[in-house]
Amino acid sequence: MTTTSATTPPDYIEDDQAPSETPWQLAWRQLRKNKAAIAGLITLICLYGCAILANFLSPYRMELRSDQVFQPPSPIRFHNADGGFSLRPYTTQLKFNPSDNAFHEVAGTLEPVHFLVTGEPYRLLGILPLRIHLFGAPDHIPFHLLGTDSDGRDVFSRLLIGSQISLSIGIIAICITFSIGLTVGGIAGYWGGRVDSVIMRICEVIMSVPQFYLLIALAGLLPAKIDPRLTFLMIIIILSFVGWAGLARVVRGISLSVRELEYVQAARALGVPEGRIIRRHILPGAFTYASVAATLSIPGYILAESGLSFLGLGIKIPFPSWGNMLSAAQDLDVIQTKVWMLCPAAMIFITVLAFNFLGDGLRDALDPKLRR
Amino acid sequence: MSIPTAAAGATPLLQVRGLKKQFKVTRRSGMKVRHELVKAVDGVDLTIYSGETVGLVGESGCGKSTAGRAILRLIEPTSGEILLNGVDLRSLRGEALRQARKDINIVFQDPFAALDPRMMIRDIVTEPLLAHGMISRNDVPERAKKLLETVGLRPEFAARYPHEFSGGQRQRIGIARAIATNPRLIILDEPISALDISIRAQILNLLEDLQETNGLSYLFIAHDLSVVRHICDRVAVMYLGAIVEEGPSDLVFTSPRHPYTRALLEAIPAADPDIRKERKLLEGDVPSPLDIPSGCRFRKRCPLAAAICESESPALLAAVDGHRAACHFALDSANSR
Repeated sequence: MTTTSATTPPDYIEDDQAPSETPWQLAWRQLRKNKAAIAGLITLICLYGCAILANFLSPYRMELRSDQVFQPPSPIRFHNADGGFSLRPYTTQLKFNPSDNAFHEVAGTLEPVHFLVTGEPYRLLGILPLRIHLFGAPDHIPFHLLGTDSDGRDVFSRLLIGSQISLSIGIIAICITFSIGLTVGGIAGYWGGRVDSVIMRICEVIMSVPQFYLLIALAGLLPAKIDPRLTFLMIIIILSFVGWAGLARVVRGISLSVRELEYVQAARALGVPEGRIIRRHILPGAFTYASVAATLSIPGYILAESGLSFLGLGIKIPFPSWGNMLSAAQDLDVIQTKVWMLCPAAMIFITVLAFNFLGDGLRDALDPKLRR
Repeated sequence: MSIPTAAAGATPLLQVRGLKKQFKVTRRSGMKVRHELVKAVDGVDLTIYSGETVGLVGESGCGKSTAGRAILRLIEPTSGEILLNGVDLRSLRGEALRQARKDINIVFQDPFAALDPRMMIRDIVTEPLLAHGMISRNDVPERAKKLLETVGLRPEFAARYPHEFSGGQRQRIGIARAIATNPRLIILDEPISALDISIRAQILNLLEDLQETNGLSYLFIAHDLSVVRHICDRVAVMYLGAIVEEGPSDLVFTSPRHPYTRALLEAIPAADPDIRKERKLLEGDVPSPLDIPSGCRFRKRCPLAAAICESESPALLAAVDGHRAACHFALDSANSR
């Protein structure tokens, strides 16, 4: 200790070599300890990565029909026609036999699955024109990794393209509700008094209407024949309209409590201008909590979209979303004998679970009380 | 510690007159709605001269912290005057009030809550300087280092975050921030109550050193009488929102004139176990500030209470040497112990 003050013996920390961690690094370190949260995070990164690369990953166009109706998943073999082991997967043709009402492998059609094959042209991310696909079988062999639906469309391809809609709807809707909720809730919490009362009563009115009923009513107002892209947009707007009130309430509570924190009081006592207090102290403080609330509410939007599309009020066929794909699996016969039609349900389940794990982990990691 | 120079004619740095803070409470019992007033601060007069440390003591809930915050207008006072250098803080609005806050500052009790966990130490301690345009952004690292050295912390700590420090260190950071703009007066709101005993003396020494070098005045809010005796030139004792006794520390501690002060002093445990003090502990609880007793606010717990106490509210009467007490028997009971 070289720079000891003469007047007071300071209580220095011993390990002054330890590198300083920013609060974000600290939160990240806390998050990494939480295995469920990390699993959720990795799952989400994979899901969104797949959604972005959906066109590349899918072997067929999502609306391409074939006469292979309700074909079960194509078999994958790791041996060639001679029976020898092969690292390259092989597949065979499946043919419907009306006599026993089932699909059977056609003998002698064992063909290799090729990777990075040229196929249908598409635009990656809507910009980059490409023809290359991750995998594909020879044209005369229908290769459906997750089977086909009632119109003979490839479920795997539709699942991927559908994920673009189902996954992005949650993110875009939360961005909109987040900005509305943060502004409205922030105003209510910061100003308080009558402004607060009026805003909160409006929120309560919106929240007191049963959410799903409101969604259905609003979606029912949409004209039947409009551009599917417009439908997508309208659904997001409807979801945001129903969802902002809840988030505004959360943000109001947060900003009410952050406003009274001692470091905000201290800034006020120091003569820091009001705008700077809001910008530097209140918003960052509220933002971390609000972002946890946002993460935890994304699954709600994904479920709501699925629900609407399931009822036929959301994304319309031929455009796929997990919800409208699932509506094909409504009757008992499909559920019992065509299990692959339930894949969208599995995807929804995994996504919702991943968001919840991540949200819980974030809440713990960002809680300053756990840091002491 | 310098001897108070409360010489006649000297202008006080801070003069508080009739400070009141009332909170409205709405109570519903069935269909009846009652509006009541919590008189948290009920007419406080306080004077602080330049270079002086004035203690404000009392039990928790007596309104001492509320009074401190009301002086800063962190809590808007209901009525009263707060003259800082002759300017009434209550008359200031917006920008003028913000400017006035250069001269008066506060150190909070909880050093964990008082620092923004998302800001680096150098940004925390220089925030008031930037807010008042006293330095430019480029001067931040240099000035932060100087401030940290002033409060006995290593300048290298400037690039760290609050969570890396102990309570004592954080309190030093809070003090560095409070002295940054070179204020005249700092309100110390129980600055050492949350700290370990071993750290307390260090912080008190730091405060005394800073007072000497910067010519600061302190309003030291505390419930710990022994600390107040050590650091304060004058003491004001608060009970239920009002000051009941006030005077030079030595006089108040050696010959208290208000029965409440006497009870507080008797409650201090003696350091020597052989000395068995004859203790007269107070009976009953502090009455609710919703329902302050008529006449003398202390009468329901007072051993000296008489008929006059119920009908007449005692004024703060001067005894000797600026020693005043709000008790009808202040003068005759002074030496009756």
